[in-house]
Amino acid sequence: MSWDTQRSGAGPVDSELVSLDAAELARRIHAREVSSVEVTRAHLERIEAVDGPAESGVHAFLHLDADGALAAAGAADRAIADGGPVSPLAGVPIALKDNLTTTDMPTTCASRILEGWRPPYDATVVTRLRAAGLVPLGKTNLDEFAMGSSTENSAFGPSRNPWDLTRIPGGSGGGSSSAVAAGESPLALGSDTGGSIRQPGAVTGTVGVKPTYGTVSRYGLVAFSSSLDQIGPCARSVLDAALLHEVIGGKDANDQTSVSAPLPPVVEAAQAGARGDLAGVRVGVVSEFSGEGYHSGVLAAFTDAVRVLGELGADVVEVSCPSFAYALPAYYLIAPSEASSNLARFDAMRYGLRVGDDGEHAADEVMSLTREAGFGAEVKRRIMIGTHALSAGSYDALYGKAQKARTLIVRDFTAAFETCDVLVSPTTPTTAFAIGERSDDPLAMYLADLCTIPSNLAGNAALSVPCGRSADDGLPVGLQVMAPALADDRAYRVAAAYEAATAGSAAGPRIPELRALETSR
Amino acid sequence: MSDITRDDVAHLARLARLAVSDAELDMFSAQIDAIVDTVSKVGEIPDDVPPTAQVVPQTNVVRPDTVEPSLPRDVVLAAAPAAEEGRFRVPRILGEGA
Amino acid sequence: MTATVESAPYTVEEVCEHFDPVMGLEVHVELNTDTKMFCGCANAFGAEPNTNICPVCLGLPGALPRVNGTAVESAITIGLALNCQVRERSGFARKNYFYPDMPKNFQISQYEDPIVFDGYLDVPLDDGGTWRVEIERAHMEEDTGKSLHIGGATGRIHGADYSLLDYNRAGVPLIEIVTKPIVGAGVRAPEVARAYVTALRDVLRGLAVSDVRMDQGSMRCDANVSLKPKGTEEFGTRTETKNVNSLRSVERAVRYEMGRHAGVLLSGGTIRQETRHFDEQSGTTSAGRPKETFADYRFFPEPDLPPLEPSRDWVESLRAGLPERPWERRARIQTEWGLSDEELRDLVNAEALDLVADTVDAGAPPEAARSWWVSYLAQQANTAGVTLPELAITPVQVARVVALVGEGTLTNKLARQVVDGVLAGEGEPDEVVSGRGLAVVSDESALTTAVDEALAAQPDIAEKIRAGKTKAAGAIVGAVMKATRGQADAARVQELVLERCR
Ligand SMILES: [Zn+2]
Repeated sequence: MSWDTQRSGAGPVDSELVSLDAAELARRIHAREVSSVEVTRAHLERIEAVDGPAESGVHAFLHLDADGALAAAGAADRAIADGGPVSPLAGVPIALKDNLTTTDMPTTCASRILEGWRPPYDATVVTRLRAAGLVPLGKTNLDEFAMGSSTENSAFGPSRNPWDLTRIPGGSGGGSSSAVAAGESPLALGSDTGGSIRQPGAVTGTVGVKPTYGTVSRYGLVAFSSSLDQIGPCARSVLDAALLHEVIGGKDANDQTSVSAPLPPVVEAAQAGARGDLAGVRVGVVSEFSGEGYHSGVLAAFTDAVRVLGELGADVVEVSCPSFAYALPAYYLIAPSEASSNLARFDAMRYGLRVGDDGEHAADEVMSLTREAGFGAEVKRRIMIGTHALSAGSYDALYGKAQKARTLIVRDFTAAFETCDVLVSPTTPTTAFAIGERSDDPLAMYLADLCTIPSNLAGNAALSVPCGRSADDGLPVGLQVMAPALADDRAYRVAAAYEAATAGSAAGPRIPELRALETSR
Repeated sequence: MSDITRDDVAHLARLARLAVSDAELDMFSAQIDAIVDTVSKVGEIPDDVPPTAQVVPQTNVVRPDTVEPSLPRDVVLAAAPAAEEGRFRVPRILGEGA
Repeated sequence: MTATVESAPYTVEEVCEHFDPVMGLEVHVELNTDTKMFCGCANAFGAEPNTNICPVCLGLPGALPRVNGTAVESAITIGLALNCQVRERSGFARKNYFYPDMPKNFQISQYEDPIVFDGYLDVPLDDGGTWRVEIERAHMEEDTGKSLHIGGATGRIHGADYSLLDYNRAGVPLIEIVTKPIVGAGVRAPEVARAYVTALRDVLRGLAVSDVRMDQGSMRCDANVSLKPKGTEEFGTRTETKNVNSLRSVERAVRYEMGRHAGVLLSGGTIRQETRHFDEQSGTTSAGRPKETFADYRFFPEPDLPPLEPSRDWVESLRAGLPERPWERRARIQTEWGLSDEELRDLVNAEALDLVADTVDAGAPPEAARSWWVSYLAQQANTAGVTLPELAITPVQVARVVALVGEGTLTNKLARQVVDGVLAGEGEPDEVVSGRGLAVVSDESALTTAVDEALAAQPDIAEKIRAGKTKAAGAIVGAVMKATRGQADAARVQELVLERCR
């Protein structure tokens, strides 16, 4: 954890400002009821109050750039004062997952191997945020190289769930989700390879969106699994997520997998959905996403959500996607395979950590010593599994078959979307589990992504929206809404309608009360 | 089980340039064996299913052959573990194929 | 560590008494695109180290490759020139291995679906015949950086203390052209290997897609050689010889490996499948560091790049733009200019064919153009120790000199002085003519005065001419030419002398 400046002002945190939606903050800033600098300062103070210490606080941030944030906020205020056109989110603070390159802050991927590395270029999404006048506060924690479902694989210690600091905030983007849930930032960016935006969103009671593959540029996202990775928004409301989605989305010449198709009208869809009418919308409940391993409290909350969707006018049907049974195995072959290649560049030659360069060890040995010292256990495990899956002797049986599984999963989605406009499921089978509970059992950890992985393999859009609390433990549950590729707007519409229908009741407070933690420090 | 042995894992670690310890070898070989066993479920899929490597619905994406600015060398070398004479300094390199 | 040099006791004739040689040639060609294969950095030879690098070609975290469209076009063009088929759907793949000169520790290449495949090249041989070399495939990939090995006794990779890396070359577009096994060449195998690489170089030069400079590494050849005992069908174990940096070396390396293999096999030994390095000095090969037995490149489809599906229209427009094959062009030129085989060969050997052709294209008659390049300019190049193409004069300038002679402004002798001026950097031919005051003296009265003066100075000779001994006029002409510092038209002076003595 590095702090560029100490706490920038004394006095109590403005608890109203840090609990507002981004859209409302933007409205007030643009109407000059409050300045971006004041909003930014309020969030910096909230971070100061709840984020540390690393051993017991929320620990959402790996790096904070208070000076840079206040400077960007000042610039946004001046642009607004000048009266020219500003983007809808100009002046609103945002937190960035620390696997996005930034020229003014380190990018570590929560790994020792990149500790202190300052990229010489900004990720495309970061360039777009800056151009739109958003205010980057800092870089958020993650499982090392985004490999994990709890942030426990961070080399710099886990983040904690603001609803219960003994529990995980999800992963890999647990820093971004906990920052948004704890009122440390109204918005954040994450990356979703197998659920790393949606699953943290679900367990922290926030909104997390994995856009259609190819609709948000990956340039500057440190690659985990290139054919699955997708950057997306983390927010407290569906509309906020949509507003951020429109800032970061769209074709980018620097990413040749980015698609030329126009970005779906997600903001419009979120606004339409909020009017609460889902008449004629065909909602498919995926029957495979239930049963063994699912908490009863999660299933109950989900069943209630489906009931609400029906009340809003949706036609609810059950659909079967039998090939989803292959999703988890296929994912844990494809993602490690691509990762084994993507992470080969961390070799101590050009940047990052170097270990063992004593004049005796040859380059090859220094590479091995550095990678051994610089990577954590989960990263090493996945690199070796991927290396195995791609080896000549196993390629056909493992990597090759995983690609075939991908075809079957795409076919299941295609068939389901012939009869349904969207598909729904619980985002994750359980609520947030306790820190340490699954850290010695990789296979148990992998189950957290059971419901989210199929959309990564098929490349379609999917999001998680808060779905009340589990009766078992009172912790947040997520509703996953999946839509066909390039039809992200459908998921936004359904999620916004559900959000509006449940506002103020089942969802409960969106920001947990962390004053106890503040005073105990 | 998937029959991943301790020697197999040592071999994978060597290929992947990971100087794993003996204790890690014990741990990883048990875990990787269990994981590979689980993911081998994809073996049930018939061979005649075509593969999907990418889900990007486009082809022939190319850029014009136009020179763009490169990075300033001093910035790049400043981030390197070691540099000398405008170049990256690295430990001695053994012959090809290492 | 010094490599053991194994002797090659057998000549190719002796080898072929027992064995049939089988060759496979892999040629890497750097394209001369303006930018690299997957980023916008300049593709330039000889730049200051690490000045043409960016997040992409340096393999920085988060960077993504972007395919250079011109490189794809060049790859297809090369394939078409080699009579290949163009694959309807082709893609990139990652070849994974760790090496410090490769920033991502994988090379973006093509694996199962190269852009072009199944072609052939009919290669002209020394005796005027041709040999059809079948092409397996040609694919796109990226080059590696360059390392400099510091310290140690030899300054070479073995024994060095450390290395310095320059990534300017990393990501430069490469086309790898792979032949099918070349069988049946027998004792001519070394010649066929050289002739193939020569023909390939000429074709690529004609396409203007690469500098094809083997000395600078923009064209590199790996030669695979194996021997199969006569009368058997199964190929023997092959070795791959790298570092073959000239056309002559291709021939020598193949010849050496044939002899070495035979020596090992005939003494009851076995050939190890290995990479060998060719030594230009000794003409021998030596074993490289043995490859790890488990070398496994773990190819898989490059997830960052969508597939290529060249349209039929695109391919056909590239095919329509293909230039004549170099040897077909040579045959045409030989007929058009009426050259003997020997004259043509001299032109080719002196690298003068293109220069003469360009001079002709600039308006000079073929004979005059050829004469300038193979005689006077060849002498000047020889004196200066450079090749003809390196001489500081262009075909257009030579054509202008020829034109000035043709219109009578220059004599051949003056023309040579103009050429000297151009070579000395004095500007265009016309500038040298005026700068040095070299135009022919065509003022008749001045010439007549000079003739009269010369006749008056040598009355005995004047008398002989008047007596009908016209051969004596030579001495007067010489005197006039001397007096005019060579700027007179000697033929006209001759006429004037005879006129004044009539
Ligand atoms: Zn570059």
